[in-house]
Amino acid sequence: MAGARVIPLHAPELGRPKPEVVAEPAEAGPAPSEQAPADWEQRLADLLAFARRRLRGDYEVDEFGFDPDLTDHLLMPPLKPLYEKWFRVETIGMHNVPAEGGALLVANHSGTLPLDATMTAYAVRADHPARRHLRMLGADLVFKTPVLGALARKSGQTLACNPDAERLLRSGQLVGVWPEGFKGIGKPFKDRYKLQRFGRGGFVSAALNTGVPIIPCSIVGAEEIYPMIGDLKALARLFGFPYFPVTPFFPLLGPLGAIPLPSKWYIEFGEPIRTDVYDEHAADDPMLVFNLTDQVRETIQQTLYRLLTQRRNVFLG
Amino acid sequence: MAPKVVLVTGCSRFLGGHLAARFAANPDIDRVLGVDTEPPSRDLLRRMGRAEFVRADIRNPLIAKVIATAHVDTVVHASVTANPAGPTGRTAMKEMNVIGTMQLLAACQKSPHVRKLVVKSTSAVYGSSSRDPAVFTEEMGPKDLPSSGYAKDAVEVEGYVRGFARRRPDVAVTALRFTNFIGPRIDTVLTRYFALPVVPTIMGYDARVQLLHSEDALAVLERATLHDLPGVFNVGGDGVLLLSQAIRRAGKLPLPVPSAAVPTVGRLFRSARLVDFSPDQMRFLNWGRVVDTGLLKREFGFTPRWTTQQAFDDYVSGRAMRPLIDPDLVASVERGVLGAAARFR
Repeated sequence: MAGARVIPLHAPELGRPKPEVVAEPAEAGPAPSEQAPADWEQRLADLLAFARRRLRGDYEVDEFGFDPDLTDHLLMPPLKPLYEKWFRVETIGMHNVPAEGGALLVANHSGTLPLDATMTAYAVRADHPARRHLRMLGADLVFKTPVLGALARKSGQTLACNPDAERLLRSGQLVGVWPEGFKGIGKPFKDRYKLQRFGRGGFVSAALNTGVPIIPCSIVGAEEIYPMIGDLKALARLFGFPYFPVTPFFPLLGPLGAIPLPSKWYIEFGEPIRTDVYDEHAADDPMLVFNLTDQVRETIQQTLYRLLTQRRNVFLG
Repeated sequence: MAPKVVLVTGCSRFLGGHLAARFAANPDIDRVLGVDTEPPSRDLLRRMGRAEFVRADIRNPLIAKVIATAHVDTVVHASVTANPAGPTGRTAMKEMNVIGTMQLLAACQKSPHVRKLVVKSTSAVYGSSSRDPAVFTEEMGPKDLPSSGYAKDAVEVEGYVRGFARRRPDVAVTALRFTNFIGPRIDTVLTRYFALPVVPTIMGYDARVQLLHSEDALAVLERATLHDLPGVFNVGGDGVLLLSQAIRRAGKLPLPVPSAAVPTVGRLFRSARLVDFSPDQMRFLNWGRVVDTGLLKREFGFTPRWTTQQAFDDYVSGRAMRPLIDPDLVASVERGVLGAAARFR
């Protein structure tokens, strides 16, 4: 009965680097009595301490509304099975993500729902030796939406605008941006792995102004989770969504259609592109900003093609 | 230049009154004049000591005579307020804020003795929306201009102050954009809001709230008056509380209200004389607001003694609020469960 209470809301092995998913025998039963505090007991204590902190409001949030306590104990753990078992995410080049200091991670966006962003955030939290939090920049639609907006802020996201991005980068945070935005995430299945326009290069000027490296990040596998074969524009307008997806299973199977297909994922973090080699007014030079934007975009596109040629099967990798 | 004759508006309210009291206790200042439409409470009057109370309406040109005859060299405009005085409320408040400021500035412009003007403004001038950056710096403007209420008043007041600064470049003008005040002694819309037994919130949203301890607010106003520190400065405590977190720290129960029902509930609370929220304050509860205080620390030379969290805790303990769920009970339940678990081992 006591075993039933230790449903692992809190996962202590979150930070252990794992090259391969090894199915550990689940030992939920009570440990032998000669052992000092058992593992499940520690978990129970952590859980109770977490509940007490939440009840009393005894935690810290930063000026963006980021709540690390909630993120690590409540929002991240449910992503673990999705990351390890469902998508079997493999990360490549994690050493390119610096252990400390500001850096801007730029990635391709796909998959109808932004699961690629959450998986990348989970990857740098769980698989990076420094267990960094990825502070993501989101569209204003996210923050306008009730519940979602509040949750986004608590999980460390903030509005994609230059003041916020530069403030985060200056304070030495790892910032993630998906410059394709809705054009990328809501593109039809036939355009998969074709990068869309990279906004107006605002992310490049943010990096130039703060002198942080840009890390191109290529995500393979997210395109196939909800193959978007149609877009009901009228419904989208009615609800105020940027698109209303039709996939082979949605809305045909209703809520069942919301289950993502179990594609095999690769997330590759590329060589950092330095921006501190330019002078301080570099962000005012539109040509340089365009060129850097193109360089980042090309790097990601080429990496995507390379990863795709190496992939033999969408689901098995 | 140290001030000799100081005039403080809004001296019947907490900030104006206590500010006048601080100046009265300062031997370097020859004369302190406190202006308001109604006399301060007896307690406040006693604190104000040698400060002289002038019962005058700053909307009336008479104020010019007061400033001219007393040779006022420093004016502290602390009467711009978000708290409607009574049931006649809003209109009177707007009159007082906007027309009052116009008259006061006109009087200051006329008087050759005035050397310094300190204006208590508010960070509400930045508005509050989902499309705003997370943190406001002094040079940012609101995404959509506040269309009503206190925020609009404050925007207009700041506009007049800028105009005054243009016409009288010899006067050092300091505008202080305060975040919401909190503290055991001050009475604001927000302190009344958190004192409600059940605190209504907007469902699905959790605002970031930045607060300033009332004692820090007094210290900032005092520093701005005693030193020459012209400019516009954001003033707020370090750190942020989420609205839900603040309610929990106060030991209250949140009551999430669907946003469609918010205006109705707001009217209900106003007619019950509990809390009078204007639409722009509702927006604040929806989105929250955080300002950057780097300029205050670097150029103004002031670091608030209380962080947002400490200021709020001081308010909670100062008002002797009892948490709904006793912390000792929570701790003992935690100990009990862990003890029981240890026996299973």
